[in-house]
Amino acid sequence: MSPQHPPLSVPGFTAEEVVSKIGFCEQLKGGVIMDVVDAEQARIAEEAGACAVMALERVPADIRKHGGVARASDPGMIEAIQKAVSIPVMAKVRIGHFVEAQMLEAMEVDCIDESEVLTPADEQFHVDKRVFKTPFVCGCRDLGEALRRIHEGAALIRTKGEAGTGNVVEAVRHMRALMAQIRELRGQDERFLERKASELRVPFELVAWVAEHGRLPVPNFSAGGVATPADAALMMQLGAEAVFVGSGIFKSGNPRQRARAIVRAVTHYEEPKVLVEVSKGLGEPMVGIDINTLPAQERLAGRGI
Amino acid sequence: MASEAGNGAPLVGVLALQGDFAEHEAALQRVGLRTRQVRSPAQLEGLHGLVLPGGESTTMLRLLEVEGLWEPLGRALRSGLPVLATCAGMILLAERVENPSQRSYGLLPITVVRNGYGRQVHSGTFALDSGVLPAGTTGTFIRAPRITAVGDGCEVLARRGGDAVLVRRGPILAACFHPELQAEPHPVTAMFVDAVRAGRSMVGVA
Repeated sequence: MSPQHPPLSVPGFTAEEVVSKIGFCEQLKGGVIMDVVDAEQARIAEEAGACAVMALERVPADIRKHGGVARASDPGMIEAIQKAVSIPVMAKVRIGHFVEAQMLEAMEVDCIDESEVLTPADEQFHVDKRVFKTPFVCGCRDLGEALRRIHEGAALIRTKGEAGTGNVVEAVRHMRALMAQIRELRGQDERFLERKASELRVPFELVAWVAEHGRLPVPNFSAGGVATPADAALMMQLGAEAVFVGSGIFKSGNPRQRARAIVRAVTHYEEPKVLVEVSKGLGEPMVGIDINTLPAQERLAGRGI
Repeated sequence: MASEAGNGAPLVGVLALQGDFAEHEAALQRVGLRTRQVRSPAQLEGLHGLVLPGGESTTMLRLLEVEGLWEPLGRALRSGLPVLATCAGMILLAERVENPSQRSYGLLPITVVRNGYGRQVHSGTFALDSGVLPAGTTGTFIRAPRITAVGDGCEVLARRGGDAVLVRRGPILAACFHPELQAEPHPVTAMFVDAVRAGRSMVGVA
């Protein structure tokens, strides 16, 4: 894969936002961002080579089990994690909950995930991410969702997958859909792109940017169901530039070793021999869920479209 | 890799364990250099220059150790090749690292404090004071390391406020900021490219 030009100009972003917000997200590339629920897990993640941690009270698998309304985490718990590690700390807010986002910015969290894993707070609007100095990451299932979030100011996109299932099938579906729709724009004339912009409900300039460059104007990561080194490498080969691992590490039999293995797998995602080596003797992975057995109301990916 | 195929242009290795190595490659390719991603010792052979990119220094350290790259990369860094290190890359080269302290190559007599300018919300683009870079040159600092001491034998080429932010020792050029993210060609990238093309140490260049 040949390297791309840096996005020196992105519709809707100032030149400064491109280098400082999107530039921050570029630094995470080739890395693994791990969900952690306390300082001890955060230290394990950092020691294993995570490029960032996501601080949250319950990993998605437990949010599923627990039920009820899932909200932003206790600020005290997030601060304890910020104190414990030197790598970037991210945290989640409910879709549309701009006050939770204001609070995370006040705490100087490095990146805010407006996440479908939490219970949405607004069924109509996402957070207006342009008014924040903190970069936001948002989930998507396809190009339309990705570009709507970027238009709202997201500096990083990840596939939604189906969080807390340990099943990579939805992340694969979303990454394939996104990449196919990006490819479809290449070489199309202005009329086609105008029609597409109207269909996706985003400005023409964003669609034209993707058509010209053959990629999203912000980094494109993967999340939602990654449980093994092979899953992580699969998402990278399908086009992800880094991987979020939620429940997959600390819900497994040997989190320390699995975390290290997934970090190496993301660096060496095109080298099956390394993947073989790191996958040996990892112990029990998290127990997975067949997506087809999940009732519609328990599927998180349909939130915030 | 297509980026390496080639036309006899100088070949620069870019450490590609984690971070913004692709942005460095793009910046170098745009000015006609060939690049190679370095993830294993064999990929250090036959290079005319070496880049240590931005990213997370703890991640890179961990991988340097498990990949058996620590020693071979150290030899390459000491061999006199032109080296450009940005942000995390600079941390790897410092003599002393604080907040927290961690292993480093110690090839630059500087002390760096990780995230010394604060968390991401304090990141941004700042004016540089320099007698070497063109007037108006800026640097984008992202959770940047802060240089708090500079020892003998290390030139300070640019400052932000009172702090050294671009330093050089022999063939090694290191920045707290990210020339690879900014409008091309950034003068710091250009300085490194000139040294690679000249096939000699950067002493006296610029």
